Formats: sequence, C-alpha cells, structure tokens
Amino acid sequence: MRVATANEPSRSVLAPVRAVFRAVVVTVVPDAKQLDEPNWLALEALVEDALEIRTPTLRGQLQLFLRAIEWLPVVRYGRTFTALGAEQRSRVLRHLQDHPVELIRCGFWGLRTLALLGYYGRPDGAHAIGYRPDSRGWEAVQRR
Amino acid sequence: MKRRSYDIVIIGSGAGGGTVAQELSSLCRDGVRIAVLEKGPKLRDEEFTGREVEMAKALYEDDGGFLTAEQTMTLAFGSAYGGSTVVYTGTSLLPPERVLERWNVPGLKFADVEQRARKYVAENNVHLLDESLLNENNRLFVEGCRRLDYRVQQFPVNLKGCRGSSLCNLGCPNQAKQGTNRVQLPRAERNGVEVVTRCDVLRIENKKIFARVSEKPEGNKGEPSTWEAGDYQIDAKVVVVCAGAVNSPALLLRSGFGRSLPRLGRGFTCHPAFIMVAEHSQPITNAVGHPKSFYVDQFAESDHFLLETCMYFPFITAKALVGFGEEHSRFMRAFPRLQMILVLACDEVNDHNRVTVDGDGRPVVHYRFTPEVIHGLVQGAITSAKISFAAGAVRAHVPVSNSPTIECADRERLDQIAENPDFKPGKISISAAHLQGGCAMGGGPEDSVTDSYGRVHGIPWLHVADSSLFPNSLEINPYLTIMALADRVAESIRKNVNALL
Repeated sequence: MRVATANEPSRSVLAPVRAVFRAVVVTVVPDAKQLDEPNWLALEALVEDALEIRTPTLRGQLQLFLRAIEWLPVVRYGRTFTALGAEQRSRVLRHLQDHPVELIRCGFWGLRTLALLGYYGRPDGAHAIGYRPDSRGWEAVQRR
Repeated sequence: MKRRSYDIVIIGSGAGGGTVAQELSSLCRDGVRIAVLEKGPKLRDEEFTGREVEMAKALYEDDGGFLTAEQTMTLAFGSAYGGSTVVYTGTSLLPPERVLERWNVPGLKFADVEQRARKYVAENNVHLLDESLLNENNRLFVEGCRRLDYRVQQFPVNLKGCRGSSLCNLGCPNQAKQGTNRVQLPRAERNGVEVVTRCDVLRIENKKIFARVSEKPEGNKGEPSTWEAGDYQIDAKVVVVCAGAVNSPALLLRSGFGRSLPRLGRGFTCHPAFIMVAEHSQPITNAVGHPKSFYVDQFAESDHFLLETCMYFPFITAKALVGFGEEHSRFMRAFPRLQMILVLACDEVNDHNRVTVDGDGRPVVHYRFTPEVIHGLVQGAITSAKISFAAGAVRAHVPVSNSPTIECADRERLDQIAENPDFKPGKISISAAHLQGGCAMGGGPEDSVTDSYGRVHGIPWLHVADSSLFPNSLEINPYLTIMALADRVAESIRKNVNALL
C-alpha cells in the first residue's frame, strides 16, 4: 500500500480536493471527526490505493464531482460545502444520493464507497466497532 | 516476443480450469504437454491474513469492485491460483433438475451432470457441518425460518479441518476450503501439468495464444511467476478457455470470434444480491464459525429470490447499508450484534445483459435490473427482515425502504414496503458473485457459442469450460455444476485426443 505524506506526490487524486473529501467522510461517518492526522493519512492512503487501478478518466471524474460538491451549495446556502454545518452537509449529500439522475446517484455511491473503505477498511476502524476476527476461529473464542 | 509450445493450454485455474487440468493430467504420462495460464498470483499459505482490504486486493479482480457499465452493480470474482474457488464459502450444491431441464441443451442430460457433480462431492470432501460448529448468526436464521414455517436447508460445504475463522471470502487462512487450489491443481501439477501464474492472455489466434507475464509488484502478495516477465506467443493444439463468465467471453470477443458467433457475450446472468442486516440486543457469534451454512430456496420460482446466511467484513457491510451518517453508524457500531442474510435475485437471460469489450479489449459488463429482479430483491429483503424479527432482532435495515431502519415494534410496516419500494439503482449497493453465461451451450451458432461438450461451434481446437457455458441462470451456487461441466469437456478432449493432437 502506498502511504500518503504531507507532501503529496503529483499522482494523488485527493490532494487537490482534500478538504472537501474529508468533509464528505465526516458527513458519511460522523465518528471520523475523532480521527487524528496519522489516521486520516491511513484512510486516504487506502482510498488512493483503491483509485490506482481505476482509469484516469474515472479519477478525474471523482475530482470533478468533489469540486461540484464543494461549490454547488453556494447556490442554495451561499456557502461552500466545507463551510456548512453538519445538518446542511447531510442535506446536500442526501440530495445527491436520491437524485433523479442515475449517473449522479452512482457518482455519490462511488464517493460514499470510498469514504467507507477508508474508514472501515483500516484495522483501527474495524476494531473500533468490535470486529475481532481470528484465524483460529472457535479455538480463539474458547480462550477469551 | 518469447515462444512456448504445448499440446493443450488451459486458460484460467478456477472451478472450470482446475478441474480440466486435473482430468487431462493423466495424458502427461503419454508425453502430452499441458499448461494452465492463470492471470492471478499463487499465494503462500502464510499470506492469507484475513485482513479485508489487503486480501481483496490480492485475490479479487479489480480488488472485488468490478463495476458494470451502468455503475449500478459490482461483480466479485477471484483472480488467483484457484480462481474464485479461493474466495467462495465452499457451498457445494448439486445442479437442480428443473433448471437443467429448462436449459434444454441438446445432448446434455441432467443425470450425466449430476453423476459428475457427485464425483466432486466425494473428491472435495463435501459434507454438512456438524451442528456444534454452527454459529448464532446461522442458528438465528434457522430459528426465524422455522417459526415462519419456511423450508430452511443446510448447505453442503467442501471443508476439511475448518476451524471457523469465518474468513472464507478472503481466502481461508487455515487451508480448510477444498477449492481447486487445494485439490485439483496440486494433483494436476503432480501429474505433470505446468501452472503459470501472473499470465494474462491477451488474445487467441488460430492455435496461437498471445499472453503477457507480469513481474510480481513490489510489496504485493504471492509467488513470482515461474516464467520470466514479458510477452509470449504460445502455440497450442487445443485451447480450453476457463477464465470465467466475464473474462472468457471478453477474451474470445477481443480475439475476433464474435464475427462467427453472434451469441458470444450474450446471456449474462449473475444473481444480483444485497445484504440484509438486523440488530439483536445481545452479542451473537457472527465473526466466528462458517459464515454460510443455511439457505431458503422455496421462493425461487414464485418470487425470484433465494436467501442465504452470510457474514461480511466491516467495509463490505458498511457499503451494503444504504444511507450514511448517524443512522448508518449506529448499525456499524452494533457489529457484534448483527445478523446478516444475503438476498439473491434469480435473474433470467435478457437481451441487454451481456459482456462486450471496450476499445482496449477490456471486458465491459452491461446489466440492467429487470422488474422480476427488482421484485425478487424487494420481496427477499422483506422476507429476510421477517426472519430476523422472528429470531428476536430488535431492528432491521431494509435497504429497499424509504426509511430503511425498521424497529421490531413496527414490523407490520414490512408488507407496506412492497407496495412502494425505494429501489433506485445507484443508491442501493448491489453486488453479484455467481457470474454465468456469455459462451452458452446450445444446438448451433445461431443460439449459442458451444455444444454441450464446450466445443466452440465451427472451431474444433477451441473449448470453453466454466460458468460462461450456462445458457441461463442456474438459480443456485454454481461451483459443483461448473466442475461437472468441466469434467464433460475434459472427457470429450480425452476421448478425441488422437484427432485433436
């Protein structure tokens, strides 16, 4: 897995849209507010890694979609997505999730999937919800 | 370009390719040279860590997130030594007679397929798990079904020494699952078949295979290929394509066979599925024990759905829940108390749903949900929620409802959901792992791609042996049927070996 750093490499998809991406993640998973910087970097590294196998077109569409999320609320709320409160951010994302245009719903589904991948795909994220798999299976349960 | 030459080349090493490799391997004694070309890597036993993202990346095509052209469904299929048999749960059902009769393939008799399937029941140690090894996630499903008078059945599974890690879909860390990676391929190799991993077949041209072998990427799992990285031309007298229902038709299409085979890529079905999650008030054993021990198929004919027990991992579960925010997180925080049921729709062959290739020859799967599939998923979700409530769940997540969280006290609402379901493609997470069709068996090129022995119409040296042979949905977990059909293909090659070679 490629580890993100503060000085982003140029191939990073998230670097130019990091603030809005983090705002989306916190709206999708409110517990993400508790993440410290190393955990945010781990989350973003998982997302960047997942995006590496996708086409440049899809990666570009994701950046465009995040930029649209940042600026579209200006029309309704007079503020960008990152400047909105939690309730208004949820309303914006709910609008995309239930949008009559299938392509927009799919775009949001993809973004939501990446946010969930980054959060719950981290061992810490899985551990925090009580997921404790053990390759020893029943034997491990009996030892607990 | 490097050159290699074999008598028989098998492309793919899953349920189809692994079986063909074993069944032809006796020919090696007579000097027949056989190779299996597998796109994925071969992992060492200690590399099966059970970590969700890491293993999905190592074992699945597109990390398990292969998207359809419409971007409304993901397809999960293996890309490794053993193909998808590395990442299934080992459920091994005999082919249903009613389905094979309906397929109506000239020359294909149910009794023959069943007899061959039974051979692999014995060979791969298929049996019912002892009751003491069943976890509460499975027991609650049985309990709920029995209270509702549903006909619940236990899955036969192909396990040997299962410790109950619950990690089957990430590759068994205890090597208990008897997929082709554990049984058929090692036996084939012992008999002299050569298996080449990290070998991506680009196209086939008149008994010539063009393939690319990749270096092992730094930090990735698996052994390096036994062949040096680079482009290869492999001459073969017989080619057996076993790359699965997405990659087999795609390979043949980009090789130009579509010109004489108009049905190539057509007839793709996949059992579109989602996870229904319900919360209990107390922790249950769910992340330990075999995850998929029971099923209900009584609604397959009437309402187009199947139900299976399941237990998925945090990211997959989070993805399966619709919505986001606090309501979504509440279910996730209840992970040790979650009961899970997989709802699978029984889809039928449809004109739109097919495999094509893009300008670079990559597979593109076109799939739209028919009204029958939507009906199946909606009814399946409602039925699953009823089962969970009957088993004592306090709330359920019903992804086809406008308000997906249904409290037990409001369970009367469930039947109203069917009147006005919230089924928006792109909103709801649907995935499929039973990929079928694309190189269907049949009578001739006007209605199919191969005959009932997997021989491609008009091309005697080219065979297909995987789930792409299915002319319509099998309506059950497909692995034993794939192995039975692959056994037929291998037998046909063996019988005609003198003419073919």
